[in-house]
Amino acid sequence: MPGGSLTLRGRVRALLGDDIDTDMIYPGRYLNITDREKTAAHLFELAYPEIRAAIQPGDVIVAGKNFGCGSSREQAAAALKFAGAGAVIAASFARIFFRNAINLGLPAVVSPDAAPLCSLADELEIDLGAGEIHNLTNGRTSPSAALDPRAVELLAAGGLVPYLKRKYINSRRETCPSTE
Amino acid sequence: MGMTLAEKILARASGCECVAPDQVVVARVDLALSHENADLVRKSFLEIGVDRVWDPSKIVIVFDHRVPAESEKTAATHKAVREFVAAQGIEHFYDVGRGGICHQVLPEEGHVRPGMVIVGTDSHTTTHGAFGAFATGIGATEMAGVWMVGSLWFKVPSTLRIEVEGEFRPWISAKDLILHIIGRLGAAGADYRAVEFDGPAIRRMSVASRMVLTNLAMEMGAKVAFTPVDEILLDYLRPRVAEKLEMIAPDADARYERAIAIDAGEDLWEPQIACPHSVDRVQPLSALGDVPVHQAVLGSCTNGRLEDLEVAARVVAGRTVHPRTRLIVIPASQQIYREAMRLGFIETLVAAGAIINPPGCGPCVGVHQGILAAGETCVSSTNRNFLGRMGSKDSLLYLASPAVVAASAIAGQLAHPVSLVKQSEPCLVEA
Ligand code: SF4
Repeated sequence: MPGGSLTLRGRVRALLGDDIDTDMIYPGRYLNITDREKTAAHLFELAYPEIRAAIQPGDVIVAGKNFGCGSSREQAAAALKFAGAGAVIAASFARIFFRNAINLGLPAVVSPDAAPLCSLADELEIDLGAGEIHNLTNGRTSPSAALDPRAVELLAAGGLVPYLKRKYINSRRETCPSTE
Repeated sequence: MGMTLAEKILARASGCECVAPDQVVVARVDLALSHENADLVRKSFLEIGVDRVWDPSKIVIVFDHRVPAESEKTAATHKAVREFVAAQGIEHFYDVGRGGICHQVLPEEGHVRPGMVIVGTDSHTTTHGAFGAFATGIGATEMAGVWMVGSLWFKVPSTLRIEVEGEFRPWISAKDLILHIIGRLGAAGADYRAVEFDGPAIRRMSVASRMVLTNLAMEMGAKVAFTPVDEILLDYLRPRVAEKLEMIAPDADARYERAIAIDAGEDLWEPQIACPHSVDRVQPLSALGDVPVHQAVLGSCTNGRLEDLEVAARVVAGRTVHPRTRLIVIPASQQIYREAMRLGFIETLVAAGAIINPPGCGPCVGVHQGILAAGETCVSSTNRNFLGRMGSKDSLLYLASPAVVAASAIAGQLAHPVSLVKQSEPCLVEA
């Protein structure tokens, strides 16, 4: 759905600071877990175990600058997604984490203004296409960087794997129409 | 208009005449690197439903994070990847005991050339910019896409230029330089950017020391980092690479987002230390006072090379590791291990009380071979000191140069080598 919109709602489950690194999000000792669903059990295990305990489906994590810095481990984004996070909003993201999140279908939203306008448990409505975050609890709106249409497309497909799957099957149809 | 190195390489790889920062291009990938997380890539790849990888000669897989397998889980992962490698006919696979740390093995085995586009499922893939490659880390699912089509989209980064001149003081090395830079720019100081290191002080450095800069540039968020392609580099590459080597350089009128000048002699008076729990919390050694050390780690893709083992051997020769301290040494590759044995560095280190781990990542990522207990302090030549990185979340991890790691192991606390070795010698191995 290029150029389309994608809106989600969720409650602020955590308000975090700058430079939340991937070792905090998902400790290195669990990197031999390669079933994505199972990574959720170790989300923030050393740094903020209370988040893992409290997170509900659709919850939003709000953070400061450089969220996801450090390792390329995809488990960091997977653990957030499979623990139920609906989105991560940060003032900025480290580049590999950002790509991993979108590729796994986890919305990563850049908004330098969101954190000061949120409190824990506030309900947010995030319009990914338009680049707006509405705080339904306090009525405030903060802008977010509009997601690249390519990223919106990936999120709408549920991530890179389902996206490529579809594309691959379609391209096979294109190249060998006789098999259809 | 002139182009930086990153722009030049991306322009060519995407078939464009000229590219500029923020433009999105689809570039062909020349080499795709993975380690144990090839298992994650494999899973996504099979999930997409493709039968064959795009080019089995362009994928390199190196086991390094957990060698030899430390658990049944890892053993099963290793096995699954071996079987996939065989089934797909992947040509370059370095199993346990055949290679070492992926970022060392890649250049050592001649896989890296100037001008290449390299992606790796490891953030420190930036290391290969020391060989003039546009090399960056990506996630496993994205790599599955690369295995499928052999190309990837990139946003062209803007470039920071860091010019270094002056002479390094005795015992001050590339590690101190890059920690100093990260301390100045911050952990996000080069986010999404390319970094070009250049200047007379860089051009005098060994290839191993240049790799320290491009490796740690990742810790300030760099997408890619380069050191110059010059004769010193070509001398390293020639015996290893069959293909023709190309001199590449940024254009004289290339546009930089920012230029930073550093004088190694004036700006770096003493060893630089990254304090817990962030790589940009950098202090000069003397500012830290007495910091007792329980474990000292010498190794990793940052500082596990021959010149690192050499300087450590020089510091510990004829001395003994402090009773409260454990010194763990990990040669970065089998080749380095053999050379260090031949030259007597291993003998000297073991005689001083070091334990030698097999080539690989060792305790760097906190899975095995030297995990820290709560309340312990470690000084390490590695590149990350995040909370709990090497074990307990209640341990403290300081990052330092190989010379400081070795001196601290002997002193039992953070120490300047000059406090032990009276006759000070330059610690950089001149090329
Ligand atoms: S040595 Fe450490 S930083 Fe380097 S690749 Fe291995 S785990 Fe990563």
